[in-house]
Amino acid sequence: MCGIVGLFLKDASLEPRLGALLAGMLGTMCDRGPDSAGFAVYGDEAQGNVKLTLRLQKGISPDAVRRAVDEAAGTPVGVVSHGTHLVLSVPSDEEGAARAALSRLGSDVAVVGSGRRMEIFKEVGRPDAVAERFRLAQMSGTHGIGHTRMATESAVTTDGAHPFSTGADQCLVHNGSLSNHNTLRRELVREGLGFETENDSEVAAGYLTSKLRQGQSLKDALQSSLSDLDGFFTFVVGTEKGFAVLRDPIACKPAVMAETSRWVAFGTEYRALVDLPGIEEARVWEPEPATVYVWERA
Amino acid sequence: MPTVDLGVVPIRELNATLHALKPDSNETHWNVLNPRGKHAIAVGLDIPVTVEIEGSVGYYCAGMNKHARIIVNGSAGQGLAENMMSGLVHVKGDASSAAGATACGGLLVIDGNASARCGISLRGLDIVVKGSVGHMTGFMAQAGNIVVLGDAGDALGDSIYEARIFVRGSVRGLGTDCVEKEMREEHKVLLRKLLDAAGLPETDVSSFRRYGSARKLYNFHIDNVGAY
Repeated sequence: MCGIVGLFLKDASLEPRLGALLAGMLGTMCDRGPDSAGFAVYGDEAQGNVKLTLRLQKGISPDAVRRAVDEAAGTPVGVVSHGTHLVLSVPSDEEGAARAALSRLGSDVAVVGSGRRMEIFKEVGRPDAVAERFRLAQMSGTHGIGHTRMATESAVTTDGAHPFSTGADQCLVHNGSLSNHNTLRRELVREGLGFETENDSEVAAGYLTSKLRQGQSLKDALQSSLSDLDGFFTFVVGTEKGFAVLRDPIACKPAVMAETSRWVAFGTEYRALVDLPGIEEARVWEPEPATVYVWERA
Repeated sequence: MPTVDLGVVPIRELNATLHALKPDSNETHWNVLNPRGKHAIAVGLDIPVTVEIEGSVGYYCAGMNKHARIIVNGSAGQGLAENMMSGLVHVKGDASSAAGATACGGLLVIDGNASARCGISLRGLDIVVKGSVGHMTGFMAQAGNIVVLGDAGDALGDSIYEARIFVRGSVRGLGTDCVEKEMREEHKVLLRKLLDAAGLPETDVSSFRRYGSARKLYNFHIDNVGAY
């Protein structure tokens, strides 16, 4: 089943409320995916820095991570703690050194996402509890996407929770299942992409990363995926400036979109959208099958 | 006129209240407030009352409806009026996929568009969509009528049995074993009746085309034996 929500703001005055609106949407989708949840928020850019979102196991303290990265970067890095997750702001040219230091810390630390603006949080548990744990309602930003998971293709673990991020400021959430993900993963690995899980949705994320690296636009990358991905899917994708939606040609995974002059929103069900400001006047529609929808900030 | 606010009353309680109504009940017009896309609103009714829902509903609204008139002043999610037996379901907005699925009788009117698989496996319901319908509309439809004032998506009437499909706009593509058929006088009379019932007395029947089964999938053809 799974539930997806996404919100892309056009009106900057709503940015302080992004997290609160997204949290409300995610909470409504609890019963579509009670296993685990996750979300990505595109917040403020830290000039000259890259944000690394880390997930820490019990065996390691945030302080130990900070010390290791400070030392590797040769300067104190910014640290914001969100429960099990830690967001580091590292000078862009020290990203490699920071990542090397993190990998030396072993399997207690996982980098779940990176980018100039994107932060990713995911955890096993009921989506409303997950959102609460990370204080999503307090976050601000320009756009965000979230996912509530009912696992089918791989285990209920935090690693299997969405969104999946395989490139800087890129993330993807997926409702459905892909059938050619193993073949595609092997091809992408040969291209040099790395995967953290056996999950089919991570392969879709990796596929888009590969196409974007080749210079395709977000719209073209999604268009190509229609011929290269086999299976059922509704995708919602975030990039630093973009927000996109795609359904497979059969379109059996539900999707509703709404748009006003202030925002564009995606929900697996209309229920997820009912608390958005001005929903009564919004244009509400069901995205067409095999049709790419993209919104991008200037 | 009883009013039920779904912001306060759980869906199960609303449905149980409607199920408990006696045929001679004087409470014949119910208003339902704050549906907010919730699922299974006004399902399983078996009594000639009117239920008017103020806003958009989620999945399976008016499912299995018998005798009741259910009006949605908004849009509807998947499986609207699924397996409906009789009565009227009227949605003022759009309907998501599988509207009228497997339904046996009555009239379903959708003022806006219906998405994929509208009238899938239809068994006798009449559906009038004032807008357009999505792909695989009328898939395996056995009996009943589907009238579309707008356009139809891909694979219209795929594997259709004896249901009739009338489309006024364009058809992106016909499904397997679905063909355009001659609009004879009897079909014009039938279509007139359906349009009148849907409150469309001004709509001209001669602007529609009729689609139905070529009946080539009904029997095994010995020529195809090699395929098995």
